[in-house]
Amino acid sequence: MAANTPFVPASAQPKRARPAADPIPAVMRQKPLTPWLYLGPALVIMTVFIVYPALSTAYLSLRDKTGEAWATARCVAGAACWGIFENFHYALTSPIMLQSFANNLLWIGLMVTGTVGLGLIIATLADRVRYEPIAKGIIFLPMAISFVGAGVIWRFVYEYRATGEQIGLLNGILVALGGQPVAWMSTPTVNTVALILVGIWMWTGFCMTVLAAALKGVPTEILEAARVDGATEWEAFTGIIVPMILPTITVVITTMVINVLKVFDLVYVMTGGNSGTEVIANRMYTEQYKNFDTGRAAAIAIVLIVVIVPAMILNVRRFNAQEAAR
Amino acid sequence: MNAPTSRLRKWLRGLPVHIILIGLCAIWLIPAIGLLVTSIRPFQVVTENGWWTALRGAPGQPEYSATCAECHGPDGKAIAAADLSDPEVVAQFRRSFALLVVLQEDINGQPHLGSKAVPTEQQAADLLDYLHILAGTATYTNFTTNNYQDALTGYRGTTSYSADCAAGTQPPDINCNLSDLANPRGMARAFLNSLLVAIPSTFLPIIFAAFAAYAFAWMHFRGRLFLFALLVGLQIVPLQMTLIPISRLYSQLGLNGTFWGVWLFHTGFGLPYAIYLMRNFLGGLPRELFESAYLDGASHWTAFYRLALPLSVPAIASLGIFQFLWIWNDLLVALVFLGGTTPVLTYQISNMVTSLGSGWHLLTAAAFISMLLPMIVFLGLQRFFVRGLLAGSVKG
Repeated sequence: MAANTPFVPASAQPKRARPAADPIPAVMRQKPLTPWLYLGPALVIMTVFIVYPALSTAYLSLRDKTGEAWATARCVAGAACWGIFENFHYALTSPIMLQSFANNLLWIGLMVTGTVGLGLIIATLADRVRYEPIAKGIIFLPMAISFVGAGVIWRFVYEYRATGEQIGLLNGILVALGGQPVAWMSTPTVNTVALILVGIWMWTGFCMTVLAAALKGVPTEILEAARVDGATEWEAFTGIIVPMILPTITVVITTMVINVLKVFDLVYVMTGGNSGTEVIANRMYTEQYKNFDTGRAAAIAIVLIVVIVPAMILNVRRFNAQEAAR
Repeated sequence: MNAPTSRLRKWLRGLPVHIILIGLCAIWLIPAIGLLVTSIRPFQVVTENGWWTALRGAPGQPEYSATCAECHGPDGKAIAAADLSDPEVVAQFRRSFALLVVLQEDINGQPHLGSKAVPTEQQAADLLDYLHILAGTATYTNFTTNNYQDALTGYRGTTSYSADCAAGTQPPDINCNLSDLANPRGMARAFLNSLLVAIPSTFLPIIFAAFAAYAFAWMHFRGRLFLFALLVGLQIVPLQMTLIPISRLYSQLGLNGTFWGVWLFHTGFGLPYAIYLMRNFLGGLPRELFESAYLDGASHWTAFYRLALPLSVPAIASLGIFQFLWIWNDLLVALVFLGGTTPVLTYQISNMVTSLGSGWHLLTAAAFISMLLPMIVFLGLQRFFVRGLLAGSVKG
C-alpha cells in the first residue's frame, strides 16, 4: 500500500457537507484555552514531523553533500555550474536522473492506463455476474499485501535460467511453447515493463473498487431507457456510463499518477534500480543512504514534490467538488 | 419448447463476460499460488523444476524409468542378484560417478545398458537419489512444512532445520529448542517486531487525531477553518521529503534504531489524513445530539468521551485497519529508522532477496508469513465494515 492514499472506506465517508453558516451550537462555547488542549499534541507532532522536515529539506537541497556549506562549493572548475542550485543541476540534468524521469513517465503511461482501464472493465463486467464479490475480492487481494511480498511473488514468476529447466512461470510457458527464455529482470526496457505489470497487478483492485462504487450510482432508469431506444451495450457504456462517472475516473487517474511517482519499494526489492530501471524515489534513497549525499537527495525530494503537487491539488479540488455535489 | 433455446442463447451471450472475468481472476491468482506451492515443496526440488510440476514425483524417477526400470523393474527388485531396493547394494555407490562407472562397464561382454544412452553426470546424481528412495535410505515427499520451520527460525544451513537438529549438525546460531524463535535472523522474531511497530503506530495517531478532530468539529476558536485547510495541505508532503531531516534529528537525539523513533514518525505522518477523516465523520454527526447533551449539562470532555468517541467507532475501525496495513507493509520507514537492529518482516525479506538470491524455498515461505496477517485482516474486515454500517443505520 502506498502512502497517503485518499481511499476512504465506505463507512468513514463524511455523511454530508456542513452548511456554510457556523454549525456549532452556541451553547457549546468553551474557555478559550480548551481547544488548544485538544489540538496541542497533534499540532506539535505534525510540526516536528512534517512542517519542520519539509522546510529543512528545502534548505538542505541548497547545501553541499553533508550540509556544511552552500552548494556552490560543489561546482567543478571548467564545468557548467548552477551556483547555489548545483544539486538541482544534478537532479535535473544528470544521465541517471534523466533515465529516472523517462522511466517514471513510462510508469505513468502504462500503469495508469492499465490500472484504470482494467479496473473499469472488471467493475463493469463483475456487475453482471453472480460471483461478483469473489471476483472483486480476488482482484483486490494484492492491495492487502506489501510491495515487498509482491516483489518476491513476481521475481519468482520472472525467474530466468540461461540453461536447464526453467523454474519461473513465464519462462516455463515460453519454453513450453518452443520459445527462448528471456532474462526479464536484466534486459533494459523489458524489465521496467515487467515491473509496471507488477504495479498493475497490485493497484487494479483499488481503481476497480472506487470505480465500482461510482458505477452503482449510475441510475438504472437512464440505462434502461437507452436500451429501449435501441442502444447497444457498448453505446450505453461509452455514451452514458463513462461520461457520468468521468469525475471519479479523473480522481482515480490523478491518485494513480501520485502513487506511481512515489513508487519505491517494488523497484528497490526487484531490481534495486539497476539495469536501467531507476526511478526518482529510488534514486533519492540511493543518494541519501548509499552515497550519503544529503544535498542531492534533498534536491531530488524537492523535484519529486514539485512534480506531485499539481496532481495533488487537482485531486483535492475534484474530491471537494464531488463532496459538495452529493 | 422455446424456453431451453432462449436460455441457451442467454447463456451464450453471457459467456464472453465469464471468460474475461474468470481469466483475469486466474491471472491474478496464479502468481500467488506459485508462491504458496513453492513454499511447501522440499528445498531440493524447488530450484530443480517448476512449481507446476510439484506432483510429478521425486527427481530421478524419470531417469530411472528411462534407464533402469525395463530390466530392474519399477520397484528395483526384478533382478535378484542386483536388488536395487537393498540398502547394501545402493550403499556401494557413495557418489554418483561410482554409479556411472558401473553403468559404463560391460556385463557378460554386453554393454550394461544395452542400446540405451549412458546418463550424464547430473542424471546419474538424480538416479542415485532415486535409488536411495527405493532402498528406503532416503525419503521423499512432494510437500513439506520444513521451509516454514527454516524461515521462522532463521536457519541458513545447507539442509533443513529439522534434519540438522536430528543429526546434531546445526549451525552455531541454532539451539534446536524454542529459543530459536527469537533468532534475530528469523521471521518469528521479525513478525513480533512488525507487531511491536504497527500496533502503537496505529493507536497513537488515532488517539491524537480524535482529540484534534473533535476540536475542529465542535469547538469555537479563532483560525479554525484556516488551520484545517493547512492540515489538508499537509497531506501533500510526500514521505520521502521528511526522511532526511528526521533521520538527522534522530541521530542527534539517539532515536535512530529505536521503536520510539518509528512510532513517532508514523504518528506524525499518519495524523493529517486521520484528522481529516475523523473531523469529517464527527462533523457529520447530528448537531442536535451535542446541543441537547450540553443543555443537560455535559462538558466538552463528557461530550467527547461519552458521545463522539463511541459514535465514531466505525470511522476509527476503518482508519485503524488502513493505518495498520500501511505500517505492516511499509519498507521505507522501517529501512531508514530501524534497519538491521530491529528487523521487521518487510526489511527481513528484502534483505533475504539480496543475500539469498535464489533461496526460493526460504523466500517464498518468508513472504507468505508476512502476508498472512494482512490477508486475514482484509478478509475479516469486509464483513466488519458491513456490520458497522448496519449498526450505525439502525441506531440512526
